[in-house]
Formats: sequence, structure tokens, C-alpha cells
Amino acid sequence: MRVRNHRDLWAGVMFFVFGVLFMVLSQQYKMGTAGRMGPAYFPTMLGALLAILGLAIFIGAYAKVNREMKLESVGWRELSLVLFSVALFALLLPLMGMVIALVVLIGVSSLASHEFSLKDTAGSTVVLIALSYLVFAKGLELQFPVWPTFLTH
Amino acid sequence: MEQLFSNLALGLATAATPDNIFFCFVGVLLGTLIGVLPGIGPLATIAMLLPATYKMADPTTALIMLAGIYYGAQYGGSTTAILVNLPGEISSVVTTLDGYQMARKGRAGPALAIAAFGSFFAGTVATFLIAAFAPPLSELAFKFGPAEYFALMVLGLVAAVVLAHGSILKALAMVVFGLLLGMIGTDVNSGVARFSFDIPELTDGIELAVIAMGMFGFGEIIANLEQREHREVFTSNVGRLMPSWSEFKQSVMPSIRGTALGSLLGVLPGGGAVLSSFASYALEKKVSKTPERFGHGAIEGVAGPESANNAGAQTSFIPMLTLGIPTTPVMALMVAAMMIHNIQPGPQVMTSNPPLFWGLITSMWIGNLLLVVLNLPLIGLWIKLLTVPYRILYPAILLFCVVGAYSLNNNVFDVYMTIPFAILGYVFKKLDCEPAPLLLGFVLGKLMEEYLRRAMTISRGDWSVFVTRPLSLTMLLMALALLVLVFLPAIAKKREEAFSEEES
Repeated sequence: MRVRNHRDLWAGVMFFVFGVLFMVLSQQYKMGTAGRMGPAYFPTMLGALLAILGLAIFIGAYAKVNREMKLESVGWRELSLVLFSVALFALLLPLMGMVIALVVLIGVSSLASHEFSLKDTAGSTVVLIALSYLVFAKGLELQFPVWPTFLTH
Repeated sequence: MEQLFSNLALGLATAATPDNIFFCFVGVLLGTLIGVLPGIGPLATIAMLLPATYKMADPTTALIMLAGIYYGAQYGGSTTAILVNLPGEISSVVTTLDGYQMARKGRAGPALAIAAFGSFFAGTVATFLIAAFAPPLSELAFKFGPAEYFALMVLGLVAAVVLAHGSILKALAMVVFGLLLGMIGTDVNSGVARFSFDIPELTDGIELAVIAMGMFGFGEIIANLEQREHREVFTSNVGRLMPSWSEFKQSVMPSIRGTALGSLLGVLPGGGAVLSSFASYALEKKVSKTPERFGHGAIEGVAGPESANNAGAQTSFIPMLTLGIPTTPVMALMVAAMMIHNIQPGPQVMTSNPPLFWGLITSMWIGNLLLVVLNLPLIGLWIKLLTVPYRILYPAILLFCVVGAYSLNNNVFDVYMTIPFAILGYVFKKLDCEPAPLLLGFVLGKLMEEYLRRAMTISRGDWSVFVTRPLSLTMLLMALALLVLVFLPAIAKKREEAFSEEES
């Protein structure tokens, strides 16, 4: 027995784990009966189904008819920089306001590109902030501070 | 027939007010603007712009604008497919095959124009089809009990799996995973907050737009950044815009065939829009006297699939408007928008709110018209946009996403929530799991549970209710037949061939 499709193998594992997880988590709620279903009934059914499908996909990864597929490498740098910039935006927005949060978002996420250029990023930051100010703050009047809260109050 | 025209007249009276035309125009413009950006499909575009419509007082206007965004985004996607060889979504994959080749030969202009004309023609036909078929279908929907609705959703989800490309088992698992994610939040029957881990924001469930942005928006950006490839954009040599008379003649029949195919497949639950563009391409290649031109810039290969795609996109409104059941993730977002405005989609909308119903339908035609009027002169502008390097574009896309996520509930929680879904979307991509079925499952999760419960309460716990009622039995048998069919080796091979166009 040899794994032919590594992507299927791990997809199977993932679905199986999520299926079991949902089944286990459901057990804290009432199951009820088929005629009077409690909050746990449907999710337990679905969780079991997902786990079975996961198992089938896992087994299928060994099947002779399956295509040979290796796992791709993970772009840790791109992944972490982009998501880190999003988290920083969420963290900064309520305290420091839209302008600073957006500067950080654009600055940090831009680093993820292999063609990063400070000049371009600075230029696009100015344009984007001006646009955001006009559209989001003035036009749509979105409910968030534009400037740091300790400065305005 | 008379009824049809009086309905359309009512629709026209609603949709053609200056306000509604203005917002339809804004929608088409914004949709195209964002849809043109590489790697952003209609789904991410609508998710991003959805919050902008929340504040509108009139739900009709909001829906008309959203529909405009949808067509705009789709047309924008075609533009990108033709000029950069980069499909924003699966249904425009086929357009890259010949559209990009045309662009390389300096005929990007005619390719873009034919795509617009074909889409407009398809849109016009599909609008009439919707107007003609929506009322009888709504009548039928009133005969549906909970068992029928449940069976219909099973059929829809199975169809979505069959029409998705890639492994069927994985697509099925994605649907079930989506259904489970839909369970998160307060259970309407018992009031229990399920899987919320005592986080107050989670008791209302997860926002669909958050999942769409995380998986389709961010996941796509990260994957694009990883590839580090240099893209060729055909900007200097678009050529003249108008197709020649012979090119025009060559495109007429493919457009008509594509429209017929797309209208038919679009109604299917599961969103035939994707399948229809593939099917149309295959059909054109088959009926062509010179099939060897395909893949080297055959204009039929642009006209057919583009018409099919647009017709399918439009007729996919039929199940949503008549049964209240979204059959594609985009329709799911439309349903979400309707609910925000306190409209429960379903057969009753047509009788309880005829101006909204017919106004939306007529606005589709107006939207398509605006698309042609807007895009042909503005193509130059879209091309300029495409020359902006990706390193500058993607932070802008991120910006629109995070601000959009925040404005859903004016809460940074939704911004944080995009992060786990971006990771999940990235993992799915690495493991070859198509995310669209998950989204569909997510939207239908709570509805399905509700109908299952009702059906089972009425039958007092007797599962046979689903097979003793003829309509429900028919739909479940159809779902079963579909599943059996795709697992038959001969059909499985054909299916793989149909979708393999994109790799070749």
C-alpha cells in the first residue's frame, strides 16, 4: 500500500477531524428524537456524514486509479504577512482610527510581495487613504474613528 | 402573454425611475471596476460591496444595485480573462482559451466587444424567460411542503457537487462541512447558541460575506503572491474595438446556441453557469467546420461561452426568486441582502411585493444595456487598471475587504473572523478542495435543518415521509440518479474531459 494522492490523504484527515469535532461538540446539547429534533440532532448526523466522507477520501488516496499528487509547499511568508496585516488593522482601528490602521495594513501587507518597492507603496498608500477618507468616512459615513481617539477626545 | 407584458410594464415603471437607474448604473460601474481586478470573481466583489447596500432605504433599489454589481463583476471578469489570461472565476476560464489568443493577435478589441454583445443578447433573452417562467414556478412552489423543500435542497446540493470540477467525494465533504458551519449560532427552535464558545458575536452565526472574503478574497491573494509569476497584459495593442462584419456574422449562431444552453443549464440547482460555458465551448468546437482554430483565437469560442455564461447567470435567479432557494453562492448573497431588508425570499414575494419582483427582473435587462453602453467606451479605462502592477493592487483589494467586513456589523470581530477562513481557504486550495460547494452548504444549513424538523414533526418521526410524497420522492430519486451517474466509470471519464479544457 502506497499513498498516491497526498492531497486527498490530508483532505481526508481534515474532514474526518472536523466531522468528529462537530459530533463531539454537539453532545453538550439536547439530542431529542426524530419527531422532535433537539439542537444536537442534525449537527450530529452531519458530523458523522463528514467523518465517513473523510474516511472514504483518506482510503481513496491509496487507490490505484487515483492521480499521483504531491503536497505543495506553503508560502509561510506571504500567508503570515497578509493575515498579520489584517489582524493589525482590526486591532488598531478602534484605538488609532482608520488612517493609521490603513497605513499599517497597506505597509505590512505590501511586504508580502516579492516585488516590494517602498516608493510605490508610499504613493499608493497616500492615494488609498485619500480615497478611503472620501468614500468611507465622508461618503458612506461608516461608524469608525478616523483619527486616534485620544487626539479627538 | 398579456399578463407577461403588463408585468414587465410594472417592472419597467419601477426599475426605470431615475433613482433606480442611477444605482443600477453605479452597481454596474463598481462591479466592473472591481471585477476587472485580477483574481477577484463576482462572489468576492459582491461580498465586498454588499455592505454599501445595507443602508439604502428602498430594498428594490438595493437589490437592483446588487444585481448590477453582479453583471458588472462578471463582465469585468471576462475583460481580465481576455486581456491577462487570468479568469476571475471558473466560468470565465473558457473565455481565456480563445479570448487571450485573440488578444495576442491584436484582436482584443473585437473579442471584448463580442463578449459584450453576446452577453447583452443572452441577457435580453434570459430576462424574458425569467418573466415567463417565474409565475408558473411560484405556483408550483406553493404546493411544496417541508418534505419537498428538504428534498429540493438535497437535489440542489447534489447537483452543485456534480457540476463542480474535481473529486466528487471532496465536493460532497465540502457541502457537508458548509452545512455544519451553517449550524453555528442560535438554534431557532430551542434558543440554544450552538458552537458559539460563549462568544457573543458568534450567537448570530458567521457572516456569509466574511467567509466569502476570507476564502475567495484573501486566500486568492496569498496564492497569487506565492506564484511570483510575471503576467503579460495586452494593453498597447488592443486593436480597433468593433468586430468586422465577418467576425460579427461568425458570432451570431454561437451566441444564440450559447444563450439557449446557458438559459437551460442556469435554472438547474447547483448553478449551471459554470457548466454552461464549458458546454457551449465544447458544442461550438463540435459544430465548427474548422475545429482546429479553437484555442488559437476563434471568435466563436468567445461568443458562445460568454453568452452561455451570462444567460446562465441570469436564469439562476429563477430558483432564488420563485422557491426562495439560492442555487449558487452569488444567489446566497442576494438572499442575505433581501433578509437584511426584511424580505423573506420565496414564492410569496411575487404576490406580496410585485413592484420589487418585476422591478428586479426588468432591471436585469436595464443592467445589461448599461453594461454595453458603459463598457465599450470605457474599455480603455479598464485596460489602464490592468496595467497597475499586482504589488499595488492587492493591498487595495485587502483594504476594501477589511473595511467591508468591518461595516457588516460595525464591529472588528468580523475582520478577525476573516483570518481563520483565509487560512481554511488556503488549506483547501493546497488540498484541491473547491470552496464554492461549501458556501452553498453554509447558506442552506439552517434552512435544511428547519425543513427537516418540520417534515419530521408532521410525520411524527417517520422518515418514510420523504419517499411517500411523490414530489419529494421524485427529487430524491433525481439526486440519487445524479450521484450514481457520476460514479459510473464511463460518465466519470466524460466529466473529466469536459472540465479538462482548462488545463489544456
